[in-house]
Amino acid sequence: MAVSQLIGARVQRREDPRLITGHGRFIEDHTLPGLTHMAVVRSPHPHARVLGIDASAATALPGVLAVFTAVDFHRILSGTMPVTPSFAPEKKYVPGRFPIADQEVCFQGEPVAVVVATDRYQAADAVDLVHVTYAPLPAVVDPEVALRPDSAKAHVDGPDNIGWDMTYDGGDIEAAFAKAEIRVTERILQQRLAPTAMETRGVMASYSPYDEQLTVWLSSQNPHFIRLFVSGAMGIPESRVRGVSPDVGGGFGSKISPYPEDYLVPAASKLLGRPVRWIETRTESIMTTIHGRGQVFTAEAAALRDGTLLGLRLTQVLDLGAYHGTFGAFQACACLMAGGVYRWEAIQARTIGVLTNKVPTDPYRGAGRPEGTHLCERMVDRVAQELGMDPVEIRRKNFAREFPFMNNFGLTYDSGNYDGTLDRALELSDYQGWRRRQEEARGQGRLVGIGVSTWVEICGLGPSQPTAAATGGIALVEAAQIRFLPSGSVAAYVGTHAHGQGHDTTFSQIIADTLGVPLDAVDLRHGDTAEGPSFGYGTYGSRSLAVGGMALLTASNQILDKARRLAAHLLEAAPDDLEFTAGAFSVKGNPQASKTIQEVAFAAYGAGLPEGMEQGLEAVSHFDPPNFVWPFGAHICVVEVDRETGAVEIQSYTAVDDCGNVINPMIVEGQLHGGIAQSVAQALFEEVVYDHESGQLVTATMLDYLVPTINEMPVPTLDRTVTPSPTNSLGVKGIGEAGTIAASAAVINAVCDALGPLGIHHVDMPASPDRIWQLMQEARR
Amino acid sequence: MIPAAFEYSRATSVKQAVAQLGAAGPEGKVIAGGQSLLPLMRLRLSQPTYLVDVNGVRELDYIHPDGQFLRVGAMSRHVTLARSEVVRAQLPLLAEMASQVGDAQVRTRGTLGGVFAHADAAGDYPTLAVMLDATVVTDRRRIPAREFFQHLFTTALESDELVCEVVFPIARGPHRYLKFRRRLYDWAIVGAAVQQLDSGWRVGLTHMGPTPVRATGVEERLSAGAAPPEACAAAADGLEPPSDVRASAAYRRHLAQVLTRRALEQAA
Repeated sequence: MAVSQLIGARVQRREDPRLITGHGRFIEDHTLPGLTHMAVVRSPHPHARVLGIDASAATALPGVLAVFTAVDFHRILSGTMPVTPSFAPEKKYVPGRFPIADQEVCFQGEPVAVVVATDRYQAADAVDLVHVTYAPLPAVVDPEVALRPDSAKAHVDGPDNIGWDMTYDGGDIEAAFAKAEIRVTERILQQRLAPTAMETRGVMASYSPYDEQLTVWLSSQNPHFIRLFVSGAMGIPESRVRGVSPDVGGGFGSKISPYPEDYLVPAASKLLGRPVRWIETRTESIMTTIHGRGQVFTAEAAALRDGTLLGLRLTQVLDLGAYHGTFGAFQACACLMAGGVYRWEAIQARTIGVLTNKVPTDPYRGAGRPEGTHLCERMVDRVAQELGMDPVEIRRKNFAREFPFMNNFGLTYDSGNYDGTLDRALELSDYQGWRRRQEEARGQGRLVGIGVSTWVEICGLGPSQPTAAATGGIALVEAAQIRFLPSGSVAAYVGTHAHGQGHDTTFSQIIADTLGVPLDAVDLRHGDTAEGPSFGYGTYGSRSLAVGGMALLTASNQILDKARRLAAHLLEAAPDDLEFTAGAFSVKGNPQASKTIQEVAFAAYGAGLPEGMEQGLEAVSHFDPPNFVWPFGAHICVVEVDRETGAVEIQSYTAVDDCGNVINPMIVEGQLHGGIAQSVAQALFEEVVYDHESGQLVTATMLDYLVPTINEMPVPTLDRTVTPSPTNSLGVKGIGEAGTIAASAAVINAVCDALGPLGIHHVDMPASPDRIWQLMQEARR
Repeated sequence: MIPAAFEYSRATSVKQAVAQLGAAGPEGKVIAGGQSLLPLMRLRLSQPTYLVDVNGVRELDYIHPDGQFLRVGAMSRHVTLARSEVVRAQLPLLAEMASQVGDAQVRTRGTLGGVFAHADAAGDYPTLAVMLDATVVTDRRRIPAREFFQHLFTTALESDELVCEVVFPIARGPHRYLKFRRRLYDWAIVGAAVQQLDSGWRVGLTHMGPTPVRATGVEERLSAGAAPPEACAAAADGLEPPSDVRASAAYRRHLAQVLTRRALEQAA
């Protein structure tokens, strides 16, 4: 690597001037001549038979071009939507999902028909005029109820509601529990969350019948996968389908998996012979975009009286919704990460995926790791509380300290220094001072609590062997292509997708440093399957830098290798006799003999190349990492609970994280701010609520689904330690999900610490004032 | 998020607005700031066939002190009320409420008349109007506030009747409005307003039922010399607040007591 000037620097985000002045181009900013507009007729029932669809009034409305139902779409689309093995490869029951319901609707919001009209208003009016006759069926809303033998079935033809039921055994759990001096049990809820990206989903498609070309613009985190799925369903060669995911206003995992509309819009374009666009409304988004979390854990921890952790036994009941999300079983990784940063003799984790009559769940920022961390950190606190130990002391007693560290399930943490982040967090948060202030407050009858969360995550998906097994074939490596153009600018293509992550800045920093060119000379491109490498693997699982960044680095180094050989030829020296600094090759000991990389690039397109060297200066690289990466950290939250109203106010929030080497500290801090906010939102505010009787979504607007604002957010105090990853030569780990993984446990541990004197030992999320008041009422009785 | 079709006209006088409303028929609606109506229309929960835009009715944009009363024109924006020297001097509790309505956009667009005509159970000004016995003046009559609010989103207004003015009694004494919210910009889960008059304390509650209520039980106990904690135990007496996704009825009843007591303790 060249002398590093940009890597590690607080380079301002290059994408921001465009985005924050309103010049981004999202799906609704794209249009085509002759564009038509689609709206979706959705089931108002959680479960019903579709007896008939009368579209005559709708089709008679001016401007309405067509109403299509499953019958029409069966002519264009084949197969069912994909379900991957992920972390629950042994599925018991996978109901087939066609993008539009035929005879049975299984959740409120499931598509039953689409209207295409010449404008969006007409399409919306026509939706109200499509008369669908339903015969309601018994619905099941609660996943624990769905497990009972006498439960209503989410699908009438299903054997039961059990999607999977498997147990991960990590060590001899009976032996570990046999040594127990104390045991604690807890039931921990992970409420359903709506991802609520600022830009809702949207799809625009144009099918050209003459050359059988399909172009799909969609708001996606991984357009290559969507192209793969849609081309397969439509029977069009993958090479004739172009997927474009332009500026995307946030994803948080909700734009990974394919959705019904990803198929219905292209199919409608083919049926109609015109371009079609569909933009999701906010209510559709809360109702039909995947939900995150939706899990109920029961856990038992065994320990010695001195605080030594022995065993952890848990069951995850995962609310799948009406169908398996494509990566729904990824959330079972909560089981594999339930041991956190600690040494346990054994962990046994049973995961049960349960079908209910609700929209499917799928990965949402953290996806399984926030749930695993929350569970582990709550259980460790519960053990400490039973023993009267300080939560810091029990953590120190059980930290893993030798790396690589293999956890109970054979996963190998690449590097770590858990004491380091905890020490710094204690110092930065004034932990001892807060403990003193807490005592004083308690003396005054005030409820102050301090919560600690020491976390680790598995990210940087991923090595080819396990990830190919998890997807059912395609490894989640990453590809990059770099083209050094004759006049000295560099076009870089990467298969990840930025939708807030700032890759345009950070990836360009890596390329510019490596190739010795100015940052402005690098143009980073992504999101269009028509350019760059043959396949891209998308952005999720905090993978882009540790995998995609490495692909860019290796492609840059390949460019540099060729440039060095060419420069040596031009300078009549041996390649090994050249040194590369500040963007120029020079002969060692003779700095006058030098060629800038731009001169070399120009020469690469000319005559007189060395024997056997082809023209051009470009490279493609796929990076297959040897392991995942394992960032970690320590978060400390201080809250005060209003003794009368139950309202929680965060007094202080400190996060010390370690994601290895850092390309751009400002971007890392931004990711942490956002991640912590999203997790505080889960801890205190957000919850998707369905009426348990009717199965109706109650929180269908932003009035009732409580996404907090900047006014409700703490300003976290941040710091870092640096423990480079040995997994990649950049020494980097992921940070995109870290805040979300760490924070809910810190907040809830603090709330429970505050309420401990009242005899309250656990509070579920969201820890709303009403819920806390109820607990305080019960505790008084 | 796509409203149903509607017709639209713009009025520049009360007379014109009433005539246009009359022509619009029973499905016509007045639009002023639009901060409550438009979200409902976007969700198609409200589907008026005709909108009469009164933003150009300048004659209703005023704040006049008038003897023992403060006359506030219906087109007064929240931000204007919050900043008005006259309001802050003559009825500071109204300015305090105005400064806490929604967010900056809502306060800039939303109007006092709109809040009254919309009659959301969580609206703030209606509580003040009911507890102080204000009068709502329309294009054709004067309606006591306690008779104006009939039920959830239901008022005494005829379909072609326009709110023109609200007449509040002047009150300069100690006061406070506390509303309990999950997020700063939310509607009140419960609100409690207190105002000391020469005749004693007035106490009003927001979102403790379909219409604003005057907590006379608390007022009477205070008059009889009870301390705030004792008086406030009566705050929720006889009330049946809603249970919804934000809060249970029992919690609302508890909040009414806590907020009323705190408002009395903090009144200045």
